[in-house]
Amino acid sequence: MFRAEVFVTLKPVVNDPAGLTIKGGLHALGFESVTEVRAGKYLVLRLDASDANQARQRLDEMAQQLLANAVIEDYRIELQPESPAPLVGEGGDGGS
Amino acid sequence: MRTGIVVFPGTWSDRDCAHTLLDVLQEPVRYVDHREQHLDGLDLVILPGGFSYGDHLRCGAIARFAPVMEAVTDFANRGGLVLGICNGFQILQEARLLPGALLRNASCEFRCEWVNLRVEQSESAFTHDCRPGQVLRIPISHGEGNFFADPDTLDAIERNGQVVFRYCAPDGRVTANANPNGSLRNIAGIANSRGNVVGMMPHPERACEALLGSVDGLAVFRSAIHALTRVGV
Repeated sequence: MFRAEVFVTLKPVVNDPAGLTIKGGLHALGFESVTEVRAGKYLVLRLDASDANQARQRLDEMAQQLLANAVIEDYRIELQPESPAPLVGEGGDGGS
Repeated sequence: MRTGIVVFPGTWSDRDCAHTLLDVLQEPVRYVDHREQHLDGLDLVILPGGFSYGDHLRCGAIARFAPVMEAVTDFANRGGLVLGICNGFQILQEARLLPGALLRNASCEFRCEWVNLRVEQSESAFTHDCRPGQVLRIPISHGEGNFFADPDTLDAIERNGQVVFRYCAPDGRVTANANPNGSLRNIAGIANSRGNVVGMMPHPERACEALLGSVDGLAVFRSAIHALTRVGV
């Protein structure tokens, strides 16, 4: 079992109205040292895979087909092995 | 002209499109469920506006993988007429049937207002009845209609005459003030290289009766009717 964090961000050449608006808000609060804000998406996936290489390959396929739009977005994946025990509050196998 | 109007979970402009074709233009219409896999017997397929699959992840990103989209792609590749309006435009780009992408409006606001569109070319199936330079008054209603394409793609679609509509002033001038969402080069609608697939952010189906404030949207649908007659499909 692996836990993957996928960061999807607009390519540097793509204008980011949300990031600009957030930067404006920070400036309004007096954080004038902020020169840039880029907003993006953060996804956490849990998946089964025989090893890290296989997991990464599958995640690349997912990112390229669905999670990111290559016309406007880049993605980055961080992967770590995880024990199969569910986290508290996430349910589980029902009755186990 | 036999029209199919595709309905995804979250589509909201399907009935407006059907009303325009059926009641205003007296053309037969059927709704196409997103799970259908055949578009037999249709001349025109419309992907209407809305918020398919809640716009989750990206507008159109999930709809693009609905079962019906394989049939839409085949239909388009065979030369069938496809019109994507608003969310439908976003879906066509996600499906790579049209180039570019639609980003969040530069203002970060949802814009719901009348705009003026300059018709850039009359070769596409949906502008046959227009003349280049003609100005159409049609409403927009979107939060993510900010057209983007990389510089090479932009130049290619300009060179190929694939830019169909640009936001403009009432007199047809393309100005920054007339641009409601930050779209590059004021682009409001584009075609594929063959001209049978068009995507546009404005809603022509909402400008087809005088009661609604404009009948300029009729040109888009009548163009398709006449394009079919001309080609003899």
